[in-house]
Amino acid sequence: MNKTVNQKAWLFVLPVLVLVAFNAIIPLMTVVNYSVQETFGNNVFFWSGLRWFEDILRSERFHASLTRQAIFTGSILLIEVPLGVLIALAMPRKGIWVSVCLVLMAMPLLIPWNVVGAMWNIFALPNIGLLGKALNAMGFDYNYTRQVGDAWFTLILMDVWHWTSLVVLLAYAGLVSIPDAYYQAAKIDGASRWAIFRYIQLPKMKRVLTIAILLRFMDSFNIYTEPVVLTGGGPGNATTLLSIDLVKIALGQFDLGPAAAMSLIYFLIILLLSWIFYTVMTRNEEG
Amino acid sequence: MRAKWLVPTLYILFLMLPIYWLVSMSFKTTNEILGNFTLWPQNPTLENYRVIFTDPSWYMGYVNSISYVTLNTIISVSAALPAAYAFSRYRFLGDKHLFFWLLTNRMAPAAVFALPFFQLYSAVGLFDTHIAVALAHTLFNVPLAVWILEGFMSGVPRQLDETAYIDGYSFPRFFIRIFIPTIKAGVGVAAFFCFMFSWVELLLAKTLTAVAAKPIAATMTKTASSSGYELGLLAAAGTLTIIPGAIVIWFVRNYIAKGFALGRV
Amino acid sequence: MARITLENLRHSYSASPSGAEDWALKEINLEWQDGGAYALLGPSGCGKTTLLNIISGLLRPSAGRVLFDGEDVTPLPPEKRQIAQVFQFPVVYDTMSVFDNLAFPLRNRGVAEDAVQARVREIAEMTDLAAMLDQRAAGLTADGKQKISLGRGLVREDVNAILFDEPLTVIDPHLKFQLRSKLKELHHRVPKTMIYVTHDQTEALTFADQVVVMNMGEVVQTGTPEELFERPRHTFVGHFIGSPGMNVIPCTVEGGRALVEGTAFETANPLPPGTPEGVFEIGIRPEFLRLAESGVPATLNSVADAGRFRIADVTCLGHRLKLLVPEGREIPATDLRLAFDPAHTWLYRDGWLAGREETP
Repeated sequence: MNKTVNQKAWLFVLPVLVLVAFNAIIPLMTVVNYSVQETFGNNVFFWSGLRWFEDILRSERFHASLTRQAIFTGSILLIEVPLGVLIALAMPRKGIWVSVCLVLMAMPLLIPWNVVGAMWNIFALPNIGLLGKALNAMGFDYNYTRQVGDAWFTLILMDVWHWTSLVVLLAYAGLVSIPDAYYQAAKIDGASRWAIFRYIQLPKMKRVLTIAILLRFMDSFNIYTEPVVLTGGGPGNATTLLSIDLVKIALGQFDLGPAAAMSLIYFLIILLLSWIFYTVMTRNEEG
Repeated sequence: MRAKWLVPTLYILFLMLPIYWLVSMSFKTTNEILGNFTLWPQNPTLENYRVIFTDPSWYMGYVNSISYVTLNTIISVSAALPAAYAFSRYRFLGDKHLFFWLLTNRMAPAAVFALPFFQLYSAVGLFDTHIAVALAHTLFNVPLAVWILEGFMSGVPRQLDETAYIDGYSFPRFFIRIFIPTIKAGVGVAAFFCFMFSWVELLLAKTLTAVAAKPIAATMTKTASSSGYELGLLAAAGTLTIIPGAIVIWFVRNYIAKGFALGRV
Repeated sequence: MARITLENLRHSYSASPSGAEDWALKEINLEWQDGGAYALLGPSGCGKTTLLNIISGLLRPSAGRVLFDGEDVTPLPPEKRQIAQVFQFPVVYDTMSVFDNLAFPLRNRGVAEDAVQARVREIAEMTDLAAMLDQRAAGLTADGKQKISLGRGLVREDVNAILFDEPLTVIDPHLKFQLRSKLKELHHRVPKTMIYVTHDQTEALTFADQVVVMNMGEVVQTGTPEELFERPRHTFVGHFIGSPGMNVIPCTVEGGRALVEGTAFETANPLPPGTPEGVFEIGIRPEFLRLAESGVPATLNSVADAGRFRIADVTCLGHRLKLLVPEGREIPATDLRLAFDPAHTWLYRDGWLAGREETP
């Protein structure tokens, strides 16, 4: 669509700009400010240059939480995206069951995040939770508060429970937008089930899947509340993801400088990866 | 292929199990929860719900949550409408960068912003008010609303605008009387997502409030730590936080799927 | 390639059809010869697309049979019928190149790759796609995409028939003519049975050797374009085909003769004795009404210029009629007389051509 050039359009964007600038730029400046200073309390600050950045980038603690974060984000993307697409493919297309499915599936998305954490915390407890009790009854020695593997299993299962529906909704939206004629043409051309998926459904879902992956990537990198309530980052530091670590440093130890520097590095990582992803996906679209 | 319905059914079953556990626990006494493992409440009790509905420190949490969520939805959608219109209709200096910059705000980890937000809103004297939380949540909701609305607006042919101007409509009258009704599905979807993300967010909401505007979800965490392990009460409060979401989904069920399909990448 | 026979075909989209309006197709019996060019013509909602989808196998009819070369294919799915179909909106596989699009039906059927190469190039040559075989199909214009759809139909040598479902709907007017000529040309080069569904009489009459006119789930008439014009089997055909459509005047019948307001008319189909009562009408096309020295008196309402002739709107015996007046012929302002050509004046009973009660 060829749009007209109109610089007055800035006036339309102004309210959004003011709101977001107030919320994004001022706090961001505060963070930048902290990240280059040293404090000994009493609001006395000293210039410390890029020391905090160097410290953070070298610290093993940061590397460890970044690795955990990468494993977490990677695993949930690998599980949620294919699973979501599979479920969307199996969903009914017409009738009341569509509404029923959509409403039930959207439910986890609308539960406050700490309630999600609390719900799973209890649900998975080996003594009083349904999941924990069931797993133990089946002969697994399951206890997510003590065993690292179990904690990770519970954490990922919770995220799959919480967010797969988002992928389902998006993929489903992409699927229902495909006109019937495409399926009819494919039938007449003798396409196999796999060919229909590969050449019709997947290309038509590409746009919504891009959104889904982008959203899941950003949100899983930002995840804080649910794992804190579920495991508190434990046992030990086993499930301490980036956000959790950050809050531990900033609020727990009140090391504002390192925390701020870490925030910025963290933000830049998400920004960079999202930007790469965004550019690659949108370029393919035009090509 | 014939067992196709099995996939969504099993998935929904998996989704419902933890919710069932929460709801069933809310009808149990603390003794039953901790004492013996039961699949459903043996002596169903409404005691937990009675506590919540009679104690202001509980039920005011709901009022607070709903207040700032509603405020946020109104602010986000009304600010996003003209901006989305500008992005869908005009080209202007820096429009593409602006759009991506807006999106980056969705990427900002709330944990990064928690402390500066606390300082900022304290400095302007809005700490512990509904408007503070509502404004803070626009950080991630406004970009999302712009994104969704822009998608819907791009689907409306420009001839509509031109015809209206030829018919003598002024811009504001055209925008309110003709354009917004045309994309009302998009407004609904945008409002739904704003509601949803504001309702489920807790970190910022908790940071920016103390007493007067404390959200229900924050009340729950406090109870969990201060008054021992009142699991039944906690479960009842949790169950009640699911209800507003369920109501909202029911109203927009036909639009949820559409909302993102039309948003642009 | 095959002869296509439709036997007592009925279809309803509702699970338990009760009234006549529940039937999308009422009772269809048709026979199409191998290699012919046919058109299914009718207004929107007359059931022509339903019929097409039943032939291709996308729909199972509620009753009746579809035969290809005398063999019952009613229970077969589309991929087993060796049918090609071109849809109203172009269907291309976006992520594939034009070449891969054309090769898709062959590869799905396991044709050897060198045979695929040869065949695709041949078809691309015919459909003017040869120059863009390496391009991505998504980048083409609507008519280019429609050519791909068409090419995918032509590429298989074993197809029994190619079905077109209003294929020119989204094509620009100036390209419509081109693409239509292309189709006609292709039919000469690849003599396969082609069935073309449309609501546009020009498309149907120029493309097809035989036109099937449908209305409200029924076949009203089958015939060559000339037959439809000269001898409409139903007043609907008279209205629908021709521009302007046929004049239809209510009449009574006495002693086998048609009377309008007391004036007797000679018709090409005299009523056989013993014809039951009904609603009678006479029909005559504007082309066969002439201005004359003597004849039925009429008054002139208006004249419209249509290029090579003029269309006069007159009132005759209390009815509005249209007639074509050739260039150069004077139209008197008063005392107009009309001559009805008896060879082209038809008598209709309850809408159908009188005296031919058998089904079309």
